[in-house]
Amino acid sequence: MTITEKILAAHAGVEKVAAGDLINAKLDLVLANDITGPLAIKEFAKIGVEKVFDREKVVLIPDHFAPAKDIPSAQQCVDIKCFAQQQGLTHYYEVGRNGIEHCFLPEQGLVVPGDVVIGADSHTCTYGGLGAFSTGVGSTDLAVGMAQGEIWFRVPETMKVVFKGVPENPWVSGKDYILAAIGKVGVDGARYMAMEFTGEAISNLSMDGRLTMTNMAIEAGAKNGIIAPDDKTLEYVRGRAKRPWKVYQSDDDARYSELVEIDVTKLQPQVAFPHLPSNVRDVDAAAKADVRIDQVVIGSCTNGRWEDLWVAAQVLHDKKVHENVRVIVIPGTQEIYLRAVREGLVETFVQAGAVVSTPTCGPCLGGYMGILAKGERAVSTTNRNFVGRMGHPESEVYLANPAVAAASAVMGRIAAPEEVLK
Amino acid sequence: MAGIEKSGLQKLKGKVWKVGHDIDTDVIIAARYLNRSEGDYLAQHCLEDLIPDITTKVRQGDILVAGKNFGCGSSREHAPVAIKHAGFSCVIAESFARIFYRNAINIGLPVIVAPEAAVAVQEGAVLEVDPAAGVIEDQTNGKTYQGEAFPPFMLEILQAGGAIPYVREKVKQRHV
Repeated sequence: MTITEKILAAHAGVEKVAAGDLINAKLDLVLANDITGPLAIKEFAKIGVEKVFDREKVVLIPDHFAPAKDIPSAQQCVDIKCFAQQQGLTHYYEVGRNGIEHCFLPEQGLVVPGDVVIGADSHTCTYGGLGAFSTGVGSTDLAVGMAQGEIWFRVPETMKVVFKGVPENPWVSGKDYILAAIGKVGVDGARYMAMEFTGEAISNLSMDGRLTMTNMAIEAGAKNGIIAPDDKTLEYVRGRAKRPWKVYQSDDDARYSELVEIDVTKLQPQVAFPHLPSNVRDVDAAAKADVRIDQVVIGSCTNGRWEDLWVAAQVLHDKKVHENVRVIVIPGTQEIYLRAVREGLVETFVQAGAVVSTPTCGPCLGGYMGILAKGERAVSTTNRNFVGRMGHPESEVYLANPAVAAASAVMGRIAAPEEVLK
Repeated sequence: MAGIEKSGLQKLKGKVWKVGHDIDTDVIIAARYLNRSEGDYLAQHCLEDLIPDITTKVRQGDILVAGKNFGCGSSREHAPVAIKHAGFSCVIAESFARIFYRNAINIGLPVIVAPEAAVAVQEGAVLEVDPAAGVIEDQTNGKTYQGEAFPPFMLEILQAGGAIPYVREKVKQRHV
């Protein structure tokens, strides 16, 4: 069996599962935010049970439009807070003690290897970076999960994506691996499937880089992205985990429905042009297109982790943001924010002429804190560049890694880091 | 919220609105409207960035016909809720993104995978659809198409009117 099949079998209480099986799996954690939570709570109330299945396994985090951007958003935050209080949930985290959910949960050890997690947010697939099975669901599925502690799944086929080699370009990151993969298979290339990332380049990749990759599995249509735990994973998990964990690995004779190989040796940083994440170009080609920009966002559940801010700071150190550009840096969690303050990153950003925001999903989904006007263009380390994603339907989003985003901020157009750090 | 009324699964009839491939949930309902979750409010802004004024022109029962990967992107259930409350009786597509597909079934919006029909039927055609059987008849030219049938338990969810009435019934039975 594959790692995904093993985790699902264990949670369904059966010896073996195969792709296509319909199973009921026990849930280790269910998660919602201030957008999807209120709808889930409304649906939960109709089911006819008083209490959630386990008050220690339901996580509610106001992060999308929080700190509240307007009165209706404030009400949505109140809705989830009140529910958490009524139910006595142990894992409600208020603004100031939280972060962007998919940065926060791994950091705090709320998710561990071997878990089955559902979240009413499509980027819940992030936790596959720890060797967990995790997937996004809607609010009604979440309500059912909160009530019953289990949910049905169709066991997905698995696409094995092997990343070979060692990148020669020092600015190539997990973001570029996953953008290259999405570019290769397309936005529905892994639809309904598990994407299992493996190979030398993955072994060499940091945990922050791995979480960036599994985060964007949904952008290829996948149900989950997953990376089998290794020593790096366990080092990350030790000292954080709030629960015991279990390590699963794919068998040598596991069945894969597709095999994709990507050699990263010559890979350049990737830039996804509007309006699909699969619309990728090498950064050199992107730079030649002379795309003038108005905004840069560095943050989000994709690239708001410590390493992402650190890389951006390497590029922005002693540099100035281009006069036509505004830069918004958003640390993924309060812990990352504090470290960025202590280690001088915040000073680097502010000196360069960027703003540093509280952790929030805000601009990524066109919520607030950096909405684009008609005709404006942004380079963003986020995950989607759909029409109108970050604001006006006639604005444009170019997805890139933090180094490319920072370099573009200095140059005022899409640029490679080498153009800034000559 | 939609989906609590026992709707059963009657035959549907309506006029076709065609959209393309990879229609994402941001374009179905933009995040700027996600500070509220009432169906009627969301319906006013359904697909507005793709087809301006669409919500004033859709008539109750109309059918949305799409290309590949309909509903890709975010997990927002607001997307099928907006479509349902805008008046669409079902969505037919070459393929669906998985979270959208589940969400639609869960709120009692029939979604039918029918690649042949999705390509062939024309904007403005009138279709009669039997969602339980997956049969689509184009009344404009008399052609019929067979879409994919639902697995039995998914059909039960749709027949119950969505996942909540389905689960509520199971919870009730457990307490009897």
